[in-house]
Amino acid sequence: MGFFLETLIGGLMTGMLYSLVALGFVLIFKASGVFNFAQGAMVLFAALAMARFSEWIPKWMGFDSKVLANILAFAVAMLLMVAVAWLVERLVLGKLVNQEGITLLMATLGITYFLDGFGQTLFGSEIYKIDVGLPKDPMFLLEGMFQGGILVNKEDLYAAAMAASLVILLSLFFRYTATGRALRAVADDHQAAQSIGIPLKRIWVIVWSVAGFVALVAGVIWGSKLGVQFSLSLVALKALPVVILGGLTSVPGAIIGGLIIGVGEKVSEVYLGPTLGGGIEIWFGYVLVLFVLLVRPQGLYGEKIIDRV
Amino acid sequence: MLYRENGQFKTSYRADQQVFPITQDRAAIGLLLALAVFAVPMVADEYAFRAILIPFLILSLAALGLNILVGYCGQVSLGTGAFMAVGAYAAYNFMVRIEGMPLIFALLLGGACATLVGVLFGIPSLRIKGLYLAVATLAAQFFVDWTFLRISWFTNNSTSGSVSVSDLSFFGIPINTPETKYLFCLAIVVVFAIAAKNLVRSHIGREWMAIRDMDVAAAVIGIRPVYAKLTAFAVSSFIVGVAGALWAFVHLGSWEPAAFSIDRSFQLLFMIIIGGLGSIMGSFFGAAFIVVLPIFLNQFLPAAGAVVGVDISTAMVAHAELMIFGGLIVFFLIVEPHGLARLWSTAKEKLRLWPFPH
Repeated sequence: MGFFLETLIGGLMTGMLYSLVALGFVLIFKASGVFNFAQGAMVLFAALAMARFSEWIPKWMGFDSKVLANILAFAVAMLLMVAVAWLVERLVLGKLVNQEGITLLMATLGITYFLDGFGQTLFGSEIYKIDVGLPKDPMFLLEGMFQGGILVNKEDLYAAAMAASLVILLSLFFRYTATGRALRAVADDHQAAQSIGIPLKRIWVIVWSVAGFVALVAGVIWGSKLGVQFSLSLVALKALPVVILGGLTSVPGAIIGGLIIGVGEKVSEVYLGPTLGGGIEIWFGYVLVLFVLLVRPQGLYGEKIIDRV
Repeated sequence: MLYRENGQFKTSYRADQQVFPITQDRAAIGLLLALAVFAVPMVADEYAFRAILIPFLILSLAALGLNILVGYCGQVSLGTGAFMAVGAYAAYNFMVRIEGMPLIFALLLGGACATLVGVLFGIPSLRIKGLYLAVATLAAQFFVDWTFLRISWFTNNSTSGSVSVSDLSFFGIPINTPETKYLFCLAIVVVFAIAAKNLVRSHIGREWMAIRDMDVAAAVIGIRPVYAKLTAFAVSSFIVGVAGALWAFVHLGSWEPAAFSIDRSFQLLFMIIIGGLGSIMGSFFGAAFIVVLPIFLNQFLPAAGAVVGVDISTAMVAHAELMIFGGLIVFFLIVEPHGLARLWSTAKEKLRLWPFPH
């Protein structure tokens, strides 16, 4: 029982991190109808910027404080993400208005490749470290109930807490600010939103910046866990089934989807892995999604897709 | 002046409906084939065969298969690499497990297995579409990668998933020099290209295009979506499977599942976007472009760097390659969504009217 709970909690933590990346997908899809394949590349780009600037800034300005360096690097990386958002709107999406979803998806694939190459040209392609002071030591819970207690990684716990607070922050932003309301309006109906005077272009830049912010947070958390390197952009491939499972248009869906896939992956790896030959984490999410989609083509919480001729 | 159909009167339906109705086109294709069969083997050296010509031919075959699914039937697949892998490993198993299996049958049977897997993973397309389907096809990619890596039966119990074939022959003619390999691939590609060209202008090809343009409307006018979508998946994965088997047998010789990773799937998708969605010709243009561009960049960028006095490392070339690919994809989607094939047909249209503008 203790071991099962341990696996479960481990899965929930990973799931929370998946949903963090998935959130970026959902935000952009809701506001612009673009399935942003480049979210993973954005995570890598943001993490690279963060890692390198936290190294460079103290050197340039000649101070030593780690906290200050991290804060400044975070700010600079955020500025970069806003610049990326603006450029994407300007150079790519602005020119592809009214195209089909698939065309836009392929355009974001192009952006993915470009960002991957660009980030590594600017910041180098070694493995870098991000150290924002997350504690690394494990801790034990419920030692009274189970023998040896349940081992939980403290770092995971902090990461999950950060992810959860980010989600709450974003939902408050969407609910109570004027910009958030405008974003929701655009998500519901582009034309109607435009006709009551919501500037579409600015909204898109904002939404891509918010997605950039989410990517940055995800990049910092994943980066301090695994180190910043090219494979970080593959996190997007883990988050894809999460988005699809939860439904492309639902923020809570992204969270719940992330938790389901995180737990499912870990539990199936531990209990089914040995019989099937191990490594089933790689496809578990996708195959699960395949079956869910057969029953609910729009995902668990997505809006029902209605075809009109 | 030269390229004009004036005076070429057709006296039968048969003549009117042939694949290349214009005499000059037929002559050009004949000339191209003659060049490919006789002239190229005389000029090309071993490097050209290995690095450019053979990969180009095999990847254009795979791109052709993918184009049928994505370009003609409108079902986006990100799992092409998986179907190539199925073709390759199935053909390998037929070769290894059945004594005296001729190469060509092994390739075709590999294609047949890929068809089965393709149809299986195509079934969700009946319920889900567009973006959801694209992600669902990734399931095929990851699942198949895993299968060949972990289930050792498929790789004849090799531990790393790496297998190899040797002593290829086509009905007694050994296929061991780059030249024979090239000719073998060329023959297969030509046969499949002609078959595909005819298929897409037939009844079934029109059904695919109707489904692509609007599936609900197509269903209303009496096209069976199930039949059209699944045949597109079947034909596409058959061609892709044969291409995968060729890639493994003829180009690589020995391979492991990583040869058919998700990067391969994206590469093929890029080929058909750049070459032209919904165009047989475009598959060849796209494949040529994507095969030649990295080689060109590898030669050109360090040289260009030397001129301006910057030392460009191989890593930088690799990154520049990514950036240029990405940039080109976006560029093509914005400027010419129909790809190089559209430029080609525009040029032909202009030629037919030349010297008049309209």
